[in-house]
Amino acid sequence: MLAFIIRRILQSCMVLLTVALLAFTMFRFVGDPVAQIVSLDTPAEEVRKVRESLGLDDPVVVQMGRYLYKAVQLDFGISYQFRQPVIELLAERAPATLELALISSFLSLAIGIPMGVYTALRRDSLFARVFQSISLVGVSLPTFLIGILLIYLFAVTLGWLPSFGRGQVVTVSGRWTTGLLTASGLKALILPSITLGLYQMTLIMRLVRAEMLEVLRSDHIKFARARGLTTRAIHFRHALKSTLVPVITIAGLQLGSIIAFAVITETVFQWPGMGALFLKAVQNVDIPIMAAYLMIISALFVTINMVVDLLYAFVDPRLRATIKG
Amino acid sequence: MTTLSAKSPVLELRNLVVEFVTRHGTLRALDGISFSIAPGEVLGVVGESGAGKSLTGAAVIGLLEPPGRIASGEVLLAGQRIDHLPIEELRHIRGKRIGTIFQDPLTSLDPLYRVGEQLIETIRTHLSVSEQEARARAIALLAEVGIPAPEKRIDGYPHEFSGGMRQRVVIALALAAEPELIIADEPTTALDVSVQAQIIAVLKKLCRERGTAVMLITHDMGVIAETADRVAVMYAGRVIEIGPVRDVVKSPKHPYAKGLMGSIPALDERPERLLQIEGAMPRLNAIPQGCAFHPRCPHVMPRCHEARPVLAPVGAGQVACFLHEVGQ
Repeated sequence: MLAFIIRRILQSCMVLLTVALLAFTMFRFVGDPVAQIVSLDTPAEEVRKVRESLGLDDPVVVQMGRYLYKAVQLDFGISYQFRQPVIELLAERAPATLELALISSFLSLAIGIPMGVYTALRRDSLFARVFQSISLVGVSLPTFLIGILLIYLFAVTLGWLPSFGRGQVVTVSGRWTTGLLTASGLKALILPSITLGLYQMTLIMRLVRAEMLEVLRSDHIKFARARGLTTRAIHFRHALKSTLVPVITIAGLQLGSIIAFAVITETVFQWPGMGALFLKAVQNVDIPIMAAYLMIISALFVTINMVVDLLYAFVDPRLRATIKG
Repeated sequence: MTTLSAKSPVLELRNLVVEFVTRHGTLRALDGISFSIAPGEVLGVVGESGAGKSLTGAAVIGLLEPPGRIASGEVLLAGQRIDHLPIEELRHIRGKRIGTIFQDPLTSLDPLYRVGEQLIETIRTHLSVSEQEARARAIALLAEVGIPAPEKRIDGYPHEFSGGMRQRVVIALALAAEPELIIADEPTTALDVSVQAQIIAVLKKLCRERGTAVMLITHDMGVIAETADRVAVMYAGRVIEIGPVRDVVKSPKHPYAKGLMGSIPALDERPERLLQIEGAMPRLNAIPQGCAFHPRCPHVMPRCHEARPVLAPVGAGQVACFLHEVGQ
């Protein structure tokens, strides 16, 4: 088990190193950062000084090494547009994105799995058909459209929920700002989290349904029926557990992409998260922020992947055996 | 038959008809199956693939997959009809009064639960015992089916057992609640030849000891010859010959049964060309009128095209063939 974890950590480091190389290359090829900092009438001497002070006249390899060394210490440099350390900017906005992503994932699992199970077990019922049709909408409609439709319905027409922002936030344990503790914060979360989670929810529902139908046809379920077990035990003890093994992987990877692709939802709802910051950075060629965002997201992906693999082993004893070896 | 009818049978099928309703019409997969199994008796059911052997087993325990359904006829367990019981009552019969063994031990067990968990689960579903009692019983069962160090192996997962050992676990599961009848559907087909004999020996021994009747579905005539008391030969959804094992194997009456027995290579004789039945078994949607076997039958008569022969007593058994009609 330990050997497995160590091996996975080493692999993860390789992945992150590759991403870091890519992130660093952005500095070299996406415009000249000095041109962003200085104004048009800055004397050439001044420009040279700025270049020197930023270390941009050193050989590429030295710059690269310096970037990696600092990145390991979470120092991603200073944002060109805000003149603030990038890591501070990201840390300030991370709670908004993480809260949104976690709530969305929770919703998509908490609603998607039961809906999937229901549509698999009651395949021909009216509700199952309705869920199936709705899920088609969820899978095929683009996120921004869903967001705009929800805003139109619940914020503009009905006026029940706010259309933008996080509502009132509370700071807990020093830095973490949370919207989960105030009524307005919770209300503000509803529309964005539905928008962000709807696609995952329908995806999980369809996946669970397909997987469960497959499992219900398998031999061990047939044998469980022949053993005279209760329908409840067959469906929820045996079939559901087998169903969830592959679902865990997808759900885990989806959490990663929910965080990464919160960009669109955050833009639609003007959610003050990392995605919105990233988008602003793209508009202003703020490379340190873009590079740092890239690395943080990939670190998240890699971590989630590893946790998923471990969870997998926890659920499926056959994999536990291979991991031990 | 006369000696057996003294005791009331564990299982009796009366004119069982199973049909599949499809878009292209109704297919009759089992057409009037009748036989009975006495307490402690082993009935072998043989026939080609598609003859309806497994379907008969599935119909008895009410696990026909839709659109399959029992169209008419009766299934009686110890004299009581069970073919139209509500699902919940039928569930109490499955596992408790009728144990089942399927073909593939590799996929019969749930890979995500320990062997012991599955045994205890089955025992506690059917008998009101505590967790500890169920566990003790599970260990005893594993020991009985010949699994070494059962008190250790009970906590193993199915993938940690070999094919033969898994089939032993499946037998233990089938016997968990002391059923009156075991339906063994090709219990050795998926196993190595070297393991097959052991599994059959275990099954035979345990059923003898408990007086459990067995419906042994197989196409392995060797297994039938050494295990079964009586044999039913099936063809195209019908029983065409049934009788004591020695009679059916050594001197079959029905031309199809003759062909089937003739196709078994004998070890003690000089290798000759094995008997082969011309043609193939008809598909369900193209079962010929009259006797279903007549297009392939070497002794076909004009009336075989029109009328369907029914099972009639011949010697100690019953045969459905005009060649053996009484008085002929």
